[in-house]
Amino acid sequence: MSDQITLRVARYRPEEEDGEPAFADYDVPLRQDWAVLDGLNYIKDELDGTLAYRWSCRMGICGSCGMMVNGEPKLTCATFLTDLAPGPVRIEPLDNFPVIRDLVVDLTDFMHKLGQVKPWLIRDEEKPVEEREYLQTPAELADFKQFSMCINCMLCYAACPVYGLDSNFVGPAAIALAHRYNLDSRDEGDRERLTILAQPEGVWDCTFVGECSAACPKGVDPAGAIQQAKLAAAQEAVKSLLLPWRSK
Amino acid sequence: MSASHDVVIVGAGGAGLRAAIAVSETDPRLSVAVVSKVYPMRSHTVSAEGGAAGAISAEDSLDEHAYDTISGGDWLCDQDAVESFVAEAPRELMRLEHWGCPWSREPDGHIAVRAFGGMKKKRTWFAADKTGFHLLHTLFQTSLKYPNITRYDEWYATRLLVDDGRVCGVVAIELMSGLIETITGRSVVIATGGGGRVFPFTTNAAIKTGDGMALAYRAGAPLKDMEFVQYHPTGLPFTGILITEAARAEGGWLLNKDGYRYLQDYDLGTPQPGPVLRSMELGPRDRLSQAFEHEVEKGRTIDSPYGPVVHLDLRHLGEKIIDAKLPMVRELCRDYERIDPVHDLVPVRPVVHYMMGGVHTDIDGATALPGLFAAGETACVSINGANRLGSNSLPECLVFGARAGRSAALHAADAPRPGPAVEKQGHDERRRLDNDLFRRDTGTDRISTIRKRMQTILEDAAGIYRDGDTLTKAADELRELRERAATAAVDDTSRRFNTERVAGLELTGMLELAECIVHSALRREESRGAHQRTDFPERDDNRFLAHSLVHREPDGSPRVSHLPVTITRWPPGKRVYGR
Repeated sequence: MSDQITLRVARYRPEEEDGEPAFADYDVPLRQDWAVLDGLNYIKDELDGTLAYRWSCRMGICGSCGMMVNGEPKLTCATFLTDLAPGPVRIEPLDNFPVIRDLVVDLTDFMHKLGQVKPWLIRDEEKPVEEREYLQTPAELADFKQFSMCINCMLCYAACPVYGLDSNFVGPAAIALAHRYNLDSRDEGDRERLTILAQPEGVWDCTFVGECSAACPKGVDPAGAIQQAKLAAAQEAVKSLLLPWRSK
Repeated sequence: MSASHDVVIVGAGGAGLRAAIAVSETDPRLSVAVVSKVYPMRSHTVSAEGGAAGAISAEDSLDEHAYDTISGGDWLCDQDAVESFVAEAPRELMRLEHWGCPWSREPDGHIAVRAFGGMKKKRTWFAADKTGFHLLHTLFQTSLKYPNITRYDEWYATRLLVDDGRVCGVVAIELMSGLIETITGRSVVIATGGGGRVFPFTTNAAIKTGDGMALAYRAGAPLKDMEFVQYHPTGLPFTGILITEAARAEGGWLLNKDGYRYLQDYDLGTPQPGPVLRSMELGPRDRLSQAFEHEVEKGRTIDSPYGPVVHLDLRHLGEKIIDAKLPMVRELCRDYERIDPVHDLVPVRPVVHYMMGGVHTDIDGATALPGLFAAGETACVSINGANRLGSNSLPECLVFGARAGRSAALHAADAPRPGPAVEKQGHDERRRLDNDLFRRDTGTDRISTIRKRMQTILEDAAGIYRDGDTLTKAADELRELRERAATAAVDDTSRRFNTERVAGLELTGMLELAECIVHSALRREESRGAHQRTDFPERDDNRFLAHSLVHREPDGSPRVSHLPVTITRWPPGKRVYGR
């Protein structure tokens, strides 16, 4: 095995004269325990300080370092160079997002959508903290736990063909998060959230390709959440036809 | 260009978000700015694994939590602060429950608690072993419902604005555009976390560069107890990824190369098959990390490509318990070490994890500067003393984040609007930053070269064991490095998302903190908690039952003074574990 590997990195610096999108090749050490991110950090520290990318925890929990690696959305801290040898390894910014620069994409749209789905506990009546916890059995916790594991890494949006065509689509992570609160035994806000999920750019936009769940590094299964949310939305629609006085 | 708010919060992790919500709860008419160099959900609170301490069970008491904390901190904690902390922690954790945090539960639906190092009772709330992740996301998602909170995501604060001695905002760079703006407020809360990145081998994320400590220090606020740096005994070699203490609380063993539970040789108790509170593997972190060093000296550790390691053995717990209680441990071992703790021994070694020191605050989060507040790892109240107990830092973020937020809200209600001097300071800072950016492409040193050198110096001089000579030499070399860092090359001259520029700014702050650590360590001629001097091996309560305060002199050099510890009900005693 060679002791070097080539990283073919997408560069885009719109402020510079030669700032058109292009690839640059960098040779980095190929070490047994180096992730793609270690390679990028080697470039930044030793070869070219101008390369821009996001990273932080390098343990797969902060969600910062998502990029396209050989065309697939990946957490670069958890994707190992030896698995990609002999290379070259193509590294690009996440698909389906505007690129700010190099490997850094613009998340403004997602941050807006996250707030739209009201991802907080909604209660008709809030109990004072002095009266202690809302009881929740392990089984009730298990009902939504999986959908609470999203790290907002955006790999699912990069994988989603619907979001690629129509950025109005609320998208996998935001819908999964809404669904997480809807399933929480302590929450009473599902009808409020349904008005967002049931709009044209909500759950119905999804054609159930399932790429989002395949891309998810945390096993959240946003596709499953969307399918379940569709069912809930359909039931609610039927109810509001049959029982119009229930709708707001 | 400038933006104006009532309260400006720098940092959007556990403490910063809790402070923002506390301001909103205190007075929803107050406008809050939350300025963070990363999106809130990227903050390092996300990496906390094991849990959050708050006495709720019938067998537990606030006094016991206080005593564990104070003895764990080797009597350097301010006991009035600890008493408030343990009293408010359960309430804050319960509030998180009401906001939707998916705490792990007992079969009957009540909150479950687990054992943790240095704690005599089970009092650690947990969300499996992703407690910090769930706590942070719950706080962030909850914060979205407050319309008075304006976020400045991916803005890097470069200095505090000070008008007539009062702190009244920040200057910050919007990373996406490179725009430099003043963001004013009538009070400012700093909650930017610690600065573990001054060391080479750390559990801390890349963002943990102590920015807020440096901001406050430069503005004239003293830093407290900076010599106390916590080494967590179980980090994965190479990456420094943390294997949570919960792994030992659930029954994991630490073994040397002979498969021997070596902690029994270090006055930490006798080995039992199951976990025993305040004993053996559930001793405090400082003592466990020190025991590791002695095992290295005795030649009883295992060699690895990244230096000596010992083994964490979880195999006897079985797959079921590991998956239920420690799923992240298994995930991290599989993804980053390519081993499975169900079948394999996990190589671990001590790793820099936490700074007990920080910006000197009182019990309400107020610093020495009017209008400036601090909370979380950035701050030093101090409830952690000379050694923090695992699972006290998350509730500290909540309790003192909330306190600092309330204090900042009250202060903002009375404080005058920032005066015209602030605009000039903003202008000066903008010019300084621009000059700096466009002047640095000819520097001889690389930022990474200086950073690595700083990290090596600190590890050698201010690691688990220290001595006066090495610390003195380190202080000299760090001063030189600080001068070199000012002219290190910045190749990147574009404004848009210039991470090299930020790295340069972070480095100058880290070098100041490194000097604070070394000077404080040099002046403390005793051994206490995480600060162990081979030339002064005993605790010395006559001279050093006191906090270190570091002030910045006009020439940038640190000056250390001392401040008595507040003792209320627990006079200094011997730390006893395993008995």
